[in-house]
This record gives sequence, C-alpha cells and structure tokens, in this order.
Amino acid sequence: MNKVLLGLLLGGGLGVLDGLTAWFTPEVRKDILGIVMGSTFKGLVAGLLIGFFARKVASIPATIVFGVLVSGFFAYLVAAQMGKYYFELMLPGALVGLITGYVTARYGKGGPARNPEGRPA
Amino acid sequence: MRALAGEDVGRLARALRAPDLSGTRFLLLREIGRGGMGSVWEAEDPELARSVAVKVLDLPDESGDLAARLRLEARVLARLEHPGIVPVHDVGNLPDGRPFYAMKLVRGERLDAAAARLATLPERLRLFLRVCEPVAFAHARGVVHRDLKPENVMVGPFGEVLVLDWGIARVLSDAGLERQGRTGAEPAGEAAQTAPPAAGTAAGSVLGTPGFMAPEQARGEDGVDQRADVFALGALLAALVGETVPAGRRLAAIVARATAARPEERYADVPTLAADVTRLLDGEPVTAHRERAWERAARFASRHRVALLLVAAYLAARAAILFVYGR
Repeated sequence: MNKVLLGLLLGGGLGVLDGLTAWFTPEVRKDILGIVMGSTFKGLVAGLLIGFFARKVASIPATIVFGVLVSGFFAYLVAAQMGKYYFELMLPGALVGLITGYVTARYGKGGPARNPEGRPA
Repeated sequence: MRALAGEDVGRLARALRAPDLSGTRFLLLREIGRGGMGSVWEAEDPELARSVAVKVLDLPDESGDLAARLRLEARVLARLEHPGIVPVHDVGNLPDGRPFYAMKLVRGERLDAAAARLATLPERLRLFLRVCEPVAFAHARGVVHRDLKPENVMVGPFGEVLVLDWGIARVLSDAGLERQGRTGAEPAGEAAQTAPPAAGTAAGSVLGTPGFMAPEQARGEDGVDQRADVFALGALLAALVGETVPAGRRLAAIVARATAARPEERYADVPTLAADVTRLLDGEPVTAHRERAWERAARFASRHRVALLLVAAYLAARAAILFVYGR
C-alpha cells in the first residue's frame, strides 16, 4: 500500500479508536458521536500529511517526529477549543501520530524510506 | 662430501616441484596451494603488471585423462563468466607438456573464517546467499560444482564471494563442452568419478568431501545433478551459522531439507533454497517448516515488535489517563 493511502487509513482508523475511548469517561459519553467524528477527521488529516511527508522524506525517524508534532498540534487545537484536558488529549494524540509515522514510513510503499536495519522497506 | 641438511632437501624438493613457466608469459613466484590434480602457484604477468594464480597438473598422467580434465576445468571456468566465479586468463602447455591455466589471483579469507567474524545470524545468512548466487548461475549453465565446502569459497576484502576449485565439476547439459572434455579422456561426468582423489578429499573412486558430499555422490551413482550442490550448500549453511548462533526451528528445517538423504526430498534447485533463506531473513514463513499458531504469532511479534511496542505504549498511556484522571 502506498504511503499516502496507508497514512490516511491508519490515521483515520486510529482516530476512530482514539475517539471511542471517550466511552470510558461518563461525563462526555453522551457526546461520543461528535467526539468520534472529530477524532476521525483529525486522524485523517494528520495521516494524510504524514503520508505525504513519509513519501517525500527518506527517513523513519524524521517521519516519526513529524507525526508526533502534527498529531500533537491537532490535539492541542482541540484541547484549546475546550480550554482544558490538554495533557489527556495531547499525550494520546502524540502517540497516535508516532504510531502513524512509524508504520507509514516503515511499511508504506512508494518512497525510498529504509527500515532500521538499512534494508529497503 | 657434505650430507644435505633437512632444509636443503626441502628446498630441493620445492625446486623440483616448481613448474617451468619459461615458455609462457608468466614469472613464477611461489606455491600457494595444492588441489586434486595439481598445484597452484602465484605468478606475475609482466605484460599486464598483475599477479595471477597458475594451476599446473602435478600428477603422473600417462593416459592424458587428467590433462583433459584440467583443460575441461579451464573451459568450464571460462564459460562461467560471473563475479562470483574466478575468471580464467590463459591456458596452455608447459615446456614439459603438462597443461596449465592462469586465473585471477584471489586474495581474501576462507568462507568459514569470514563467517566467524560476523556476529549476527542475518549477516551470516546474507553471506550464504552470496555463495548461492554463483552456484545457481553455474547450474543455469549446466555445471554442477560437486565439491562445495568452506575451503573452496573465498571472501575478498570488500565482501566479494568467489567460488573456487571447479576441478571435479560436472557438465550436465552443455553438449559442446562435454564433447571437448572427452578428448583423450572419459566423458566429463565419468571422468570426475574416476579421477585420482584430491588432497583433503575422500579417497577411492569417488570425489568430494565427507560432510559436504551428497549421499548419491558418495555412492558414486550416475546422474548426480544440481541437488548434490544443494546438499553441500545445506551443509555449508549449517557450518556457517555454527554453534555460537542460535539457529531456531525454521533455520534447522531449511538445513534439514537441503541436506535430506534423498535428492527428491531436497530443494529442487539453489534459487529455491536461497528463496527460503531470504524468507527467513525477512521474517516470513519458510516452505521447509509448517508453523504452529504460536510460532506464527511469535514470528509476527518479532517482525513487528516496534509497531507492537508503540501500540502497547499508546494503550498504556490511555489506561494511565483513565486511571489517574478518570477520563
């Protein structure tokens, strides 16, 4: 699968799962549909950007850093809109970006990125 | 009259053994090895200002069989143009009538010595795959080496692999080459099985090296084909990974299939063996071993351990946030 499509699908998929974790917070459970939709949209956009970055840059570490920054920034925007939950939203958001960045650069096709052993990915 | 000292006798014997290269363009330097049919000498080619290795027939050969075999070996090498096969530069006869051929002087170390310096299993497997390449190439040209062993594979200073000593190679399919080899000798295949034994090679009417020789080759059977080399490569693989490296079931299964007693139970050819070793390197299932569910899961976890660790880190962070903040 090419890096852009992989980043898009992975970002979206992880966004859905990340949004669904709101189920465990009773005070926001009634808003879960909106949370999941927002989280999914955020994941899709971040995944798309990460995919393009991974295709452009032949580096797994650089893509990971980019993924953390992009996803962390989007989580910050959501938290800033709510005015609270900065840490609770940004930490998992950044981890989702880290996973998306690594998996997209490591397993996606269509770019010269290499795996940690130096063999073509 | 003074009696000759031991070292004098040794010097005299070496001088008598030394081939007379006066009729050739090469200048003899020193002996560097001995094979089944003859000795190998380092020589200088003044015209091209380079060192070469000269292989000279060394055994009595009244019938001319060995001379024909040496020429055949030179022709086989000349036809196998591959970076992993030592190239022949010249062939001819010495003033005393013995045949010789000059080839590239290979500098480096034996395969087992080179492998011993490699710390990891993947490095050794990749080295093994480089040995497979010239052997598979020779098979594609209808030539079976029949004496693959660590001594006959050299690894150069830049990691290049060269397969040496094609002296008992068997020509399977190149009719022209085989016909030329019969001049004054048996058919190419038969000659290999009736030629005098090589130094360090099993005695009797069978040529090869115990431990690396396929059972059908050891029995002197007709019809030895490329699967004899598959057997030798399997033994070579076992020797390369050694006891210091944990082999694992899948690698053991590859070695077992390659070295199966019956040729039809082995890999059909070298590319198939190499493909399984490549799959092992890439963390994919190998054809030699049917995995159980837990083995498949362990291989998946090993292959994707970084991604799994990241997912675990995410889940741990989520759980910690739920536990600490209740959200």
